[in-house]
Amino acid sequence: MIDGFIALYIFMLAAFTGYEIIGRVPAILHTPLMSGSNFIHGIVLVGAMVAMGRAETTLEIVIGFIGVFLGAGNAAGGYVVTERMLEMFKSSRENK
Amino acid sequence: MLSWSPELADKLIQASYFLAAVLFIVGLKQMSSPVTARRGIIWAGIGMLVATLITFTWPDMHNYPLMLAAIGVGGAAAWISGKKVAMTNMPQMIALYNGMGGGAAAAIAAVELLGGREHDISIITLAVLGALIGSVSFSGSLIAFGKLQGLIRKPLRFKGQQIVNLLILLSAAVAGGMIVTGHTDGIGIVAVFFGLALLLGLTMTLPIGGADMPVVISLYNALTGLAVAFEGFVLQNAAMIIAGTVVGSAGTLLTQLMAKAMNRSLANVLFSDFGDADIAGDGVDVQGSMKPIEATDAGVMMAFADKVIIIPGYGMAVAQAQHKVWELTQVLLERNVQVKFAIHPVAGRMPGHMNVLLAEAGVPYDLIFDLDEINAEFETADVALVIGANDVVNPAAHSDPASPIYGMPILKAEKAKNIVVIKRGQGKGFSGIENLLFFLDQTRMLYGDGQAATAELIQAVKSY
Repeated sequence: MIDGFIALYIFMLAAFTGYEIIGRVPAILHTPLMSGSNFIHGIVLVGAMVAMGRAETTLEIVIGFIGVFLGAGNAAGGYVVTERMLEMFKSSRENK
Repeated sequence: MLSWSPELADKLIQASYFLAAVLFIVGLKQMSSPVTARRGIIWAGIGMLVATLITFTWPDMHNYPLMLAAIGVGGAAAWISGKKVAMTNMPQMIALYNGMGGGAAAAIAAVELLGGREHDISIITLAVLGALIGSVSFSGSLIAFGKLQGLIRKPLRFKGQQIVNLLILLSAAVAGGMIVTGHTDGIGIVAVFFGLALLLGLTMTLPIGGADMPVVISLYNALTGLAVAFEGFVLQNAAMIIAGTVVGSAGTLLTQLMAKAMNRSLANVLFSDFGDADIAGDGVDVQGSMKPIEATDAGVMMAFADKVIIIPGYGMAVAQAQHKVWELTQVLLERNVQVKFAIHPVAGRMPGHMNVLLAEAGVPYDLIFDLDEINAEFETADVALVIGANDVVNPAAHSDPASPIYGMPILKAEKAKNIVVIKRGQGKGFSGIENLLFFLDQTRMLYGDGQAATAELIQAVKSY
């Protein structure tokens, strides 16, 4: 179980991690990186699946369905566009 | 011997989530360098796949057929649209996928709040906060998508708008407070709360102009991350907490970097009216005139230059001229002319967008330099070729305190020995601000469509 202060510690450390990773990134990668981080919060799909899996009433199931649908879109779309962009980045040596 | 048991299943799930979190962080780290970036997204993708598959073994779940249908439909629709979208439209697609994530976080909160499960007050508070942030990100991102896609053309503004937004926020907070303190009867308050939160996203985003959308998209990206983290606390899911928080903080930093590159503060973007064309300072005294040049003459100039710096702007991408520009670069490189690309942080629709567009055309990233790297080099350049860029090379940004772009960092093209500007016509640019660069003695205007003009330049260079 993740509770109280343990949760707070995880939150704090993860926040610093994110800040440090982006800190020294070159401007040329801003768009792919925003897209990549957009993909990573697609993990919300997992939560939506659990929520839908536990849903009981019709209303809950409908909302759960929407959640899973949206989460899957976030993850799949985020991956495809990020991969497409990064695939194109080549140096002059690779180009020859 | 290990035997299958609920405890073991739970350990397996937790271990998989842990692995996913590690892969996300490693992947994001690799994505911050062009050399390893491709590997980074693949690592992160593997993490996502592992986490998704293991979630099917979560104990006491039902509704599997519908769940699979939702994943199939949502995943396939996004996958196909993501494969098809043109690189110029990338910013609005990112906004759309991001909005979906925010909506998913809000949906999790809705199921948890309606389900009436035993939660303590701090968990319910986090669920409500995540729902508010996720809903704002959802409806706000949809508006951002509509604006960049050209579906919504005019910013909607009226007097007292900020007060109306504040009232909506306060009402949502009251409704949220009632949910937290248990004053709920059925779905009434919950529905009102979500309605207000979604409305807030709309009214916050509608007044913001198209030019500021990248900053807004980046902000909503960070907000979605935060919402996912909050719902991760509600569901006791460490992968969601870590991934969401990392994106939340990384996204906040990215938003600040973008706002800084555009010489705007975040508050300025969210609460002021700039960011579209209608408030240009047009009282600037311009000295000199715009002097036209033929493509053949400009071609000679470049063919016999030692060093050419190309400054592309979004206009180049609109004219689909990036492939021709790369062809021109190759022709010049064959003649042993040194060619470099200078990219302003806000070239394109969002920071880094121009790099993606050039990469698509085949321009290697080691020919591309950003503002800090290249600005000292303009003095040694024989030709600065400006194609589709305007405000980012306007010297008024550091010479005219009355200019709306005063203080914005610019590419110092005016230091080059010769400047060639490819431009469609004599009119002012996107922002409506007169560009002093175009009137300098060493500047020549090559009028025409970006693609056609570049093709003529290629012919001219080749003929020498």
